[in-house]
Amino acid sequence: MARAVSTKTKITNTAVAGVLGFLMFFPILWILILSFKTEEDAIRAPLEILFSSDWSMVSFEAVQARSDYFKHFSNSVIISVGSTLLGLLIAIPAAWSMAFVPAKRTKDVLMWMLSTKMLPPVGVLIPIYLIFRDLSLLDSRIGLTFVLMMINLPIIIWMLYTYFKEIPSEILEAARMDGASLREEVLYVLTPMAIPGMASTVLLNIILAWNEAFWTLNLTSAKAAPLTAFIASYSSPEGLFYAKLSAASIMAIAPILIMGWFSQKQLVRGLTFGAVK
Amino acid sequence: MATKASRSAARLMISPSVFLLLGWMIIPLGMTIYFSFLRYNLLQPGPTPFAGWENYYWFFTDPSFSAAMWNTLKLVGGVLTITTVGGIGFALLLDRPMFGQGIIRIMVIAPFFVMPTVSGLIWKNMFMNPVNGIFGQLAVALGFPPIDFFGQIPMASIIFIVSWMWLPFATLILLTALQSLDQEQMEAAEMDGANWPNRFLYIMLPHLARAITVVILIQTIFLLSIFAEILVTTNGGPGVATTNLTYLIYVSSLLQFDVGIGSAGGVVAIILANIVAFFLMRMIGKNLDA
Repeated sequence: MARAVSTKTKITNTAVAGVLGFLMFFPILWILILSFKTEEDAIRAPLEILFSSDWSMVSFEAVQARSDYFKHFSNSVIISVGSTLLGLLIAIPAAWSMAFVPAKRTKDVLMWMLSTKMLPPVGVLIPIYLIFRDLSLLDSRIGLTFVLMMINLPIIIWMLYTYFKEIPSEILEAARMDGASLREEVLYVLTPMAIPGMASTVLLNIILAWNEAFWTLNLTSAKAAPLTAFIASYSSPEGLFYAKLSAASIMAIAPILIMGWFSQKQLVRGLTFGAVK
Repeated sequence: MATKASRSAARLMISPSVFLLLGWMIIPLGMTIYFSFLRYNLLQPGPTPFAGWENYYWFFTDPSFSAAMWNTLKLVGGVLTITTVGGIGFALLLDRPMFGQGIIRIMVIAPFFVMPTVSGLIWKNMFMNPVNGIFGQLAVALGFPPIDFFGQIPMASIIFIVSWMWLPFATLILLTALQSLDQEQMEAAEMDGANWPNRFLYIMLPHLARAITVVILIQTIFLLSIFAEILVTTNGGPGVATTNLTYLIYVSSLLQFDVGIGSAGGVVAIILANIVAFFLMRMIGKNLDA
């Protein structure tokens, strides 16, 4: 039974939560504002910035001019989407077989896969760096795509597994009884039911790959640098750069912010490996 | 029911993942352990003789090592405390009836989607810069001297930035857990005269215990590997004031090119992470049975 809550209580709750929520969000809001200012305006006092300066798009243009921004943006897209789709291709059969044809050791295999995710990246930094150097994969999109696929593969398998688990296996059995081959069963019965789960898996993993900032910083320099590494180049400023930094940052986080808002629920499931639903 | 044919098909379907992950785990891990016993520096070409425990000896006796361990502890402990306590607070607050709950929740979780290099740089420049930053200007406007955040309180500043990024994660998970709480149980307790502190202590907190454990364990895994935030703000300094274990290993590996010592550090990091992972895996494994 839902209890009646007085409007007054609701307004108090809204005010307290609203102020705290605004404070959490403020840094993002602030760079959004700065990104539409000129460099001269961006370092004035906050109130002056807000009320007595013009809005302009020059910073966005300057970011593209300073170094080819869209090259880094497309690197981010290629690496994050590529690693996710590649991971999906490898993970779907594995998750399918563990969810529908469980063997005695399935649980151990799942736990072992998860354990590979616990390996701290810095522990294998040198070998990966040296292997990449010898195969001339340093600063290449292919190499980075592969690494990000590997670090996210356990999460992809786990998420798909928990989604597949929720599909009643009776339906698959019925399809099999009706003479569907394994391929048809997967393609025509399982896939349509699993699409929402797969979509959230894809979404979360693109977010994780997009924001990954250990391998992307250490394995790229210029050519294949995605946005994480490109933004890091702003840590050694040359002259005035607040507005440019803001513009570059806003463009880098906007796509993910939007995707993230759509995947709040799946995020919990994906990041806790199903331990909290 | 699974037939013999489908079982062998299943084995075939799982093998690419297993082989890839096995290779990904064993090859670099084996190399790290192997390198950690060699005298091997990329700047000194020539033979790389066996060095025994020498690298470990140098790594452990390097004064930066104890500083880095202590910094790692401060960073992980500080962020965990802030995000867990803050997350419980935010979750309780957001679970209450209010207007525009969806929008407020979006604002609270937004920082989680900001990439680490962006978070580090916007806090460093737009807020914590003593001259142009908002905090500095606020301090001057109120008549206080501005704080040089990364000079005077570097570690606290990093803890603050990382907490901003991870508070949404804790909030989101604890809120999800809180929403699965049986409302009738809460009402029954209320009718029996339990006041709010008692309801929180005896109903909500036990219900959240599992989610809190998961938040702590998963965050610890990620927080042990904090890197980009330090790289773009302080570069581990001043001195080694913000050098954590991950950053120290990065410095000896990719800046000093000392493969041997870097690898010895890597082995230490792996052992540390495994201690945490052990407990996390047990929690997740238990859930798999249920």
